[in-house]
Amino acid sequence: MSTQSVPRPDEARRVPDRLRSPLGRLLKSWEVLLLLVAVAIFVANSFASPYFLDAWNLSDATFNFTEKAMIAFAMALLIISGEIDLSVAAIIALASTAMGAAAQAGIGPAGLVAIGLVCGLACGAFNGALVTGLGLPSIVVTIGTMSLFRGISYIVLGDQAYRGYPPGFAWFGQGYVWWVISVEFVLFAVFAVLFAILLHKTNFGRAVYAIGNNPVGALFSGIRVARVKFILFLLTGLMSGVAAICLTSRLGSTRPSIAFGWELEVVTMVVLGGVNILGGSGSIPGVVIATFVMGLVTFGLGLLNVPGIVMSIFIGLLLIGVIALPRLWAMARRE
Amino acid sequence: MLMQNAAATDTRPRTAPAPVVALDAITKTFPGVTALSDVSLELHPGEVTALVGENGAGKSTVVKILTGIYRPDHGTIRVNGAPVQFAAAQDASRAGITAIHQETVLFDELTVAENIFIGHAPRTRAGLINTRRMRTRARALLDSIDAEIDVGVRLRDLGIASKHLVAIARALSIDAQVVIMDEPTAALSHKEIQELYALVERLKAQGKAILFISHKFDEIFRIADRYTVFRDGRFVGAGPMAEVTEDALVRMMVGRSVETIFPARARKPGEIVLQVEGYSHPTEFEDISFSLREGEILGFYGLVGAGRSEVMQALFGITRPSRGTARIGGTAATIRAPAQAIRAGIVYVPEDRGTQGAIRGLPIFQNVTLPSLRRTSRHGFLKLAEEFRLAREYTGRLDLRAAALDQALGNLSGGNQQKVVIAKWLATRPRVIILDEPTKGIDIGSKAAVHEFMAELAAEGLAVIMISSEIPEILGMADRAIVMREGRIAAEVAGGDLSPEILVRHAAGITQDAQ
Repeated sequence: MSTQSVPRPDEARRVPDRLRSPLGRLLKSWEVLLLLVAVAIFVANSFASPYFLDAWNLSDATFNFTEKAMIAFAMALLIISGEIDLSVAAIIALASTAMGAAAQAGIGPAGLVAIGLVCGLACGAFNGALVTGLGLPSIVVTIGTMSLFRGISYIVLGDQAYRGYPPGFAWFGQGYVWWVISVEFVLFAVFAVLFAILLHKTNFGRAVYAIGNNPVGALFSGIRVARVKFILFLLTGLMSGVAAICLTSRLGSTRPSIAFGWELEVVTMVVLGGVNILGGSGSIPGVVIATFVMGLVTFGLGLLNVPGIVMSIFIGLLLIGVIALPRLWAMARRE
Repeated sequence: MLMQNAAATDTRPRTAPAPVVALDAITKTFPGVTALSDVSLELHPGEVTALVGENGAGKSTVVKILTGIYRPDHGTIRVNGAPVQFAAAQDASRAGITAIHQETVLFDELTVAENIFIGHAPRTRAGLINTRRMRTRARALLDSIDAEIDVGVRLRDLGIASKHLVAIARALSIDAQVVIMDEPTAALSHKEIQELYALVERLKAQGKAILFISHKFDEIFRIADRYTVFRDGRFVGAGPMAEVTEDALVRMMVGRSVETIFPARARKPGEIVLQVEGYSHPTEFEDISFSLREGEILGFYGLVGAGRSEVMQALFGITRPSRGTARIGGTAATIRAPAQAIRAGIVYVPEDRGTQGAIRGLPIFQNVTLPSLRRTSRHGFLKLAEEFRLAREYTGRLDLRAAALDQALGNLSGGNQQKVVIAKWLATRPRVIILDEPTKGIDIGSKAAVHEFMAELAAEGLAVIMISSEIPEILGMADRAIVMREGRIAAEVAGGDLSPEILVRHAAGITQDAQ
């Protein structure tokens, strides 16, 4: 090697691993801001209504969000990867209809669960194949399948409803594991942990972030982009199936209008949880807190006898407010 | 290391008229990084000022401050002597400052005329866009710079050189006093560069002040009247071009002298690692065959569009060849996806760093480990400590400059991003590394570092393919060169026979007899 080549300047220079400590980063995070909002709503609720701080009432309140939240976990991954699935509520309708038809034919609880899950997976696979196989935009594909899946449900049921689910089936939506802790709440907690591990602790989760940030760069880095996206659609379909089982079990009946409009509430939870709607960033803890925030708000307003339509106005304002807050804060500081 | 060069730092105006735009003691910081520290810059009417500095010296930040995209933390911007503040990009454009960027920001789906007049299109009395007048005026502007471009075509149907001309016409349309040209020649052919020079002369004659950013010294000496040098975000010197030598400028830029650009190498290629036979693609390339040995640097030369990148991307599994075989270490390899190429030991450092190489939103260490996650994890679960260890090891080898490894990659300068991209691929411990224009658009200092590093890699037994459009780079680095033309191999030239004439002749398709 030539002696007069460029000297490596400053051999001692070393780039540190981290700029800020993990704790310092946490304290400035979206999740902490959201947690403060949740606590504020909790305190406000307990002052607003004497019935709020009742263990059974609080337990009932969790049903406001557990089913939607389970879908929101999978949706969070999908949105972080830069895709979206607007057909989740329609998948619930289709899966619930399939389970209802099976229950009519005398199939037991285990069989119904299997049918709900398989139906969810099949719908997810259909969405995933259209998006990754044909390269169609997911927002268009899933608006289409939203009508398609629910349409099938309407054709099968018309203005009828399936009732008469086997007695054991009620356990999923109406059972309790211990005292006030419902089966649904346990499922919610278990899936929260599973999805948090999947997104934050595995190679798969890292690939999801990479794809959401730069799909071409991810492909050039050896990530199987289409495969990862397909799996995410499968997972979202599967979780819609799980939600369908819980909801059908809880209601004890299936109408084609079941879970109508839920897709937007699920997306709202995800965005409120700090997931960038354009993909690339977000976390499961954020989504978990967001589900509590939405659950607490709807429950608190319910105790105050606020009608449902006003409630949706509240949720809308909450979403805009929480998202605008950091912006406003930054603008105020710059002045 | 800081040089105090009294002659060079003398900024007293001599014969120059008062500056149109002056930056005075500007400081700009980002989280963890001081991009600019107390820098000054003056632009004079009718003159070309070259802004010189290595990657990361703060050139792009200055451009963004001048065009109102960033606001400085401290310091003043003066336009015609009066201090101004740019709250947004429109303010800068209203003050007559316009920029033609490295990746020119224009709108592919709009027509040429619409691009030129976007934001200030002539209106009809009803407030709608007056298309006829817009077209006539666009035509006149393009005529004034001798550009023969149809104003009605969509921009996406134009070549890069024509897009530049449209950008310049746009600059003229807002009656700019100051035109910033950020690496305007990076993607242009020799002829187009000559035309650009002529255009710059015309703008000068019209009294425009031009800020010219380039890494190419011949260009700077050819076209600039004055220079300003930045290093690591600081002002180092400024003055008339007539009073500076190339050597002095390089010393100011890097704070040291760069004597030998290409490292000397012991050339002793080993076993054949890669054997490509009859690789073809329906549209891009035809019948490509070559072999590559351990420790060898194989240059790929050719004109832009000769199909070199396309061949390499097929080898890397991005596109599929219609026929042909690749053997790696003697065994036939079917490569249908980058993941398979990486496992087989072939990696590709793309030319288009922004979209293909770097994942800017992710931290540096996650960029480095992305293709190596199998190794830094256990049963699919991440191990952060392992990731940081791997990232530290490889970014250290490349002398990365960053605030921390968990900083987003997008916060780094272009040269440092390139180092991270190269580190990412080395961390996979490949057998063959393909570098596509590895030093394009990076400064002399980083260039030398990349060259030296390539030599080191080859000495360690790695087989290197280097696509380059720079003849000195091929001559200085390659053991052997393949020249491509119109999707085919035009010639394979052994190291001893390499000369600029041979490369150019084969690339352009000039036969021996015609000479």
